[in-house]
Formats: sequence, structure tokens, C-alpha cells
Amino acid sequence: MGKNLFQKVWDLHKVADLPGGRVQLFIGLHLIHEVTSPQAFAMIKEMGLKVAFPDRTFATCDHIIPTDDTKRPFQDPLAEEMMQALEKNTKEHGITFFGPESGYQGVVHIVGPELGLTQPGITVACGDSHTATHGAFGAIAFGIGTSQVRDVLATQTMALNTFKVRRVEVNGNLRPGVYAKDVILYLIRKLGVNGGIGYAYEFAGSTIEGLSMEGRMTICNMAIEGGARVGYINPDEKTYEYLKGKKYAPKSDRWDEMVAYWESIKSDKDAEYDDVVVFNAEDIEPMVTWGINPEQAIGISEKLPENNNPSFQEAYEYMKFTPGTSIKGTKIDVAFIGSCTNGRIEDLREAAKYLEGKKVAKHVKALAVPGSATVKAKAEAEGLDKIFIEAGFEWRNPGCSMCLAMNPDKLIGDQICASTSNRNFKGRQGSSSGRTILMSPAMVAAAAVTGEISDLREVFDIK
Amino acid sequence: MSINPIKKVTGKAVPILGDDIDTDRIIPARYLKCVTFDGIGEFAFYDERFDANGKPTNHPMNDPKYKDASIIISGNNFGCGSSREHAPQSIKRAGFSAIIAESFAEIFYGNSTTLGLVCVTMSRSDINELAEIVKSAPETVLEIDIEAENVRLAGKNYKCEIKPSTKKALLDGEYDSLGILLKNIDKVKELEKSLKYSFV
Ligand code: SF4
Repeated sequence: MGKNLFQKVWDLHKVADLPGGRVQLFIGLHLIHEVTSPQAFAMIKEMGLKVAFPDRTFATCDHIIPTDDTKRPFQDPLAEEMMQALEKNTKEHGITFFGPESGYQGVVHIVGPELGLTQPGITVACGDSHTATHGAFGAIAFGIGTSQVRDVLATQTMALNTFKVRRVEVNGNLRPGVYAKDVILYLIRKLGVNGGIGYAYEFAGSTIEGLSMEGRMTICNMAIEGGARVGYINPDEKTYEYLKGKKYAPKSDRWDEMVAYWESIKSDKDAEYDDVVVFNAEDIEPMVTWGINPEQAIGISEKLPENNNPSFQEAYEYMKFTPGTSIKGTKIDVAFIGSCTNGRIEDLREAAKYLEGKKVAKHVKALAVPGSATVKAKAEAEGLDKIFIEAGFEWRNPGCSMCLAMNPDKLIGDQICASTSNRNFKGRQGSSSGRTILMSPAMVAAAAVTGEISDLREVFDIK
Repeated sequence: MSINPIKKVTGKAVPILGDDIDTDRIIPARYLKCVTFDGIGEFAFYDERFDANGKPTNHPMNDPKYKDASIIISGNNFGCGSSREHAPQSIKRAGFSAIIAESFAEIFYGNSTTLGLVCVTMSRSDINELAEIVKSAPETVLEIDIEAENVRLAGKNYKCEIKPSTKKALLDGEYDSLGILLKNIDKVKELEKSLKYSFV
């Protein structure tokens, strides 16, 4: 029996077996940001330790950075303090920092891939749960907590329990108006928010292979919302094509050697898995969440589910929705396009394509937030910013923005937000009664234009 | 870095029931704006404990009868969501030393272990029974025996579970992983040289 990619990469990075069954794993690439790193730097300093491999650590800032007024010092003194701590720590330890002046700043999971840092066959760790995004390249990427950030800074390794591997296969053609975001919301609904605990998810099948690198990143990004800490996709020509010429990607003299390595770590044809599940792309329609976790999602034409289970009741109470009714036609207050799930160039292009010549409904506040400075520059070169602005969107600077409430972009009261982000938890967007409805960028465009949750196929006449 | 082994946790409990209690609920994002974890205990479950006007809600943590509780009893998938260690840090700093739940999200479980915050799992029916006892007699003292994977209260024993590697780490006092990782630093350097890739 052959091995899958996870097992191969794991074995290549295994330093030692630890007492009790854990494994000490080498982390080839450590990405850090301002929120989960300052305490870790303080801890290693206290212990008199240094960063073991500063050349394998890269930093950017995303969570706290304002997306409108980015003048320093930031208006929020706490945000300024965190930014200064990151500047100081990276300087002191010789770590490359992609701050706003570098021209590369952005959401950490968007910056890594577009700089070519994220490559097949590597291990990645970052103090952020959406680190699995990097798995889209065939990397094994872990979201970690601050003590583990400390461990990786001090030793470039961490202690981990082994994972089981579930192959999640999706086959067939996606229907018009259905995107990677719909696929992952569908998968989470089917497999459950905790269905992936203890597993790495290998996303596979003709539908997944057919996705662009951007779409693949959207899928892997949300693996954690299904409980799987790791999600990945085997690399292929598309992966290599994306990487070619990127700042940190292998140069031409080493290219062939690296492609050979990348090919070698792919899952074998006869690879073994702990579990295999198979889905059909044609069963998927544009998805929206209706509740307070990403599993509570339905196809746009379905009715809100009737169910007495307490978590459904809690969700209905919070969202103020009625079981058995249609979610279509629910008035929205805010439309948000951005985040590490859907803040890439392709996402902006897709939304702009439908927004061109249209206007955002009067009562809707609409934000378009590119995921990185690189995405922003590309979008502006293509004139997408103008389309957004003319439609009535605010065009912002890169950052996490309204994905979470650590910067000035927040919901107010029980506002409803049509959002391309990844979490619809209670209070996630900054108001303890704010309501989040997750969907694809094109679906947010439709909601923005009509001012209510809509089926993009009807709004934009997609057949 | 050998720390104190943790063999048993004894204390009163507070039921914070419900499934999928996520880290945004445990510690709202605005309280992550800090460069140290000091004082973060105050903000544990903040938006559940206080309404938008800052008025205390009927959250169990506000109930005087659970004032000295040091063990949380909860449901399925506790700690799901973000990787923020601020979540277990805030629970620990709010005075808790253990959580009994039906299941835990993985990153939360790992983060908690590193801090020596004991997480044990138990069947839904036992959890409900435990919660009922604690609700009617909040002064009941629970004893979590890590070695025996047993929770004892009011003269009764309940089976609980703990991951073997976590159990060993707690019993050996090596739950803070950095000590053992540092021991292998020579092997780490060797492995680094064998890797195909670097970023310089
Ligand atoms: S965009 Fe959202 S999910 Fe992504 S890193 Fe930022 S806060 Fe986390």
C-alpha cells in the first residue's frame, strides 16, 4: 500500500518520538502576526532563548491594522502597541517583516502564497487557525496557539499528536453560480463542524482539481471550520504554474529539482486513508449560513430547517429567524467582501464582474477589502477599484477588516452582514448581537445590489 | 523545564452547558488586543456574562452559588474556532483548573494541555447527571483523578477520558512542551540540513 501526502511530509519532518506518543515535528515555514506573537517573544526572552531559525520565520500584520486611516500612530493605542511590539521583535531577532511600507503587507494566509513562501511538501505553522489555507499547495499547515508559537520560535519544532487522514472527494462539474466557497460550506454541513477532529482532510476529486489555486485556498482555508486542523490538496501543474517567478519560489537553477521533490510527495495512487467520503458537485447550489456556526448552512433555495435540537434553537434565537421560512429576502445591513477566505484577486474579479454598472442598495454599507497590498495593486491595475466604488462599495486597504472585531470595522447592534469571511459565530464581527451570513463573493455582490439575501442566479440572470 | 506533575484536580464546578462553545465566546476578539496575558481572566466569557449595556446576565459564572468553582462542565466541541491561546489563558486566569466536556476542539485541547489546564471528556449522559448534581448542590466537590481517568463526586464515580499523550505529560509534569523539544535541538539542526527547501 502506498502513502498519502500527509504521511510522506510528516515523515520527512519528524525529528523524534516524544514520550507519551507525541511527535516532535520540524516546521519549515513559520508565519507570525501581531496578535499571537508578542507573548511568545516575551516568553523566550524571559528564558534567555533566541529564535532558532530566523530565516524560516516571516511576519506581517493583519488583524488589528485599520483599513481606512492607516496613519501611524494608529488611533487605537492598543493596536499601535501591538504593531510596535511586532516591529521591535522582528528587528531584534532578524526576522523579515512585511509591514505596510514593504508593499507586501496583508492577511498572513494571502501573503505567504503570493510571495511563493508556501510551497508543496513543506510544513507550515502560524498562530492562526486558518493556517490550513497553505495546504492548497500540498503543504501540511497547522494553526497553533501562543505557547506553540514560542516553541517554534525557540526550536523550529512542535509537539504534536499524529493525525488520521480522511480523503474528501468531490467529483463532477460545478453548476453555474457555484464556487469553491459553496463547496466548502456544503462539505462542512455534510461532515459537521466537529467531524474533522483528529483528522487531516485531503481534498480531492475532479471538482477540486478543476479549481484555480485561489479556489483551492478557499477550500483548505475552512478545513478548521469542519474541525480538521489540517487540510490539503495534492500539487499539480497548476500549483507549479502559480509558484513560478514568485519572490521566494525556487529560481530556475533549482526549479527542476524542486518539481521532482514536489512530485515525490504527492499521494500515491494506492495510498491508504483512514476514511474516504465522496460527494457529487452537481448536488451543490449556492450556499448561505443561517445560524451561528458554519455547519448551519443551506442551499439558497432551501427553507430554514425545522429541528428541535438545542443548538438549532439557540441559533434561531440569536439570528431572529423563523424555521420553515425562506432565507431569501432577508434584509441585510452590511456587505463585506474580503478576508483570507475570499480576499484574493479572483474573488474581487468575480464580484466586480457582476457589480459593473449596478448600484448597491441604499440602506447597505458595503466594503471591499483586498486581502493584501499585492491584491490591491493588481485589482487597481485592472480597474476593479473603480467598479466597486462606482457601485457604491468602500474600497479599503488590506487587512482582516470585518472578518473579526480587532480593528475599527465592526457591525453595530444586531445588524446583518452578508460576508465572504469564514465564521458566523455569535459576536464574531464585533457586535455581541451582530449577525453574520456566510457566502461566496458573487453572492455577496447579489445581496449588496438587492439589499437582501438573494439567489445570484436570479439577480444576475445566470443560467 | 520540569514543572509540577498534575495528578488530581479537586474543586467545585460550574455548568456552562451547550455545544460548540467557540473561542470568540470564551474571549471576544477585542480582548486579544494585548501584548501580555496578564489580567485576561477578567474577560473570560465577557459577552455572555454582560449584555450590551454592561449589565450582568444570568450566565452561570455570574451566579454567586458558583463563585469558587474551579472546574467547568460543558458540552460537545468545546473551544472550537480560533487558535487563540487567549481562550484557555483567560479560563485559567479566571481561576479554573479543569474542564469536563463531551468533546474538545483540537487546537484548544492542545493549548490547554501546554498550560496545565486539564481537559477531560465524558459521555453526554454522565455530563448531564453531573450538571444536575452540581446545580442542586453547588458546594459538591469533584475530584478528577487523571491516572485513573475517573471523576468522583457525591460518593459516586464517573468514567472520564484523557488522551494518552496528554495524560502522560500531565503525570510527568512535562505538559509544557518546550523543555522536551529543546533537548533534541541537535537532531533538529540535523533534520534542517536534510530538507530540500529554504527561503534564503
Ligand atoms: S481574515 Fe479573518 S480568519 Fe483570516 S486571518 Fe484575518 S481574522 Fe483570521
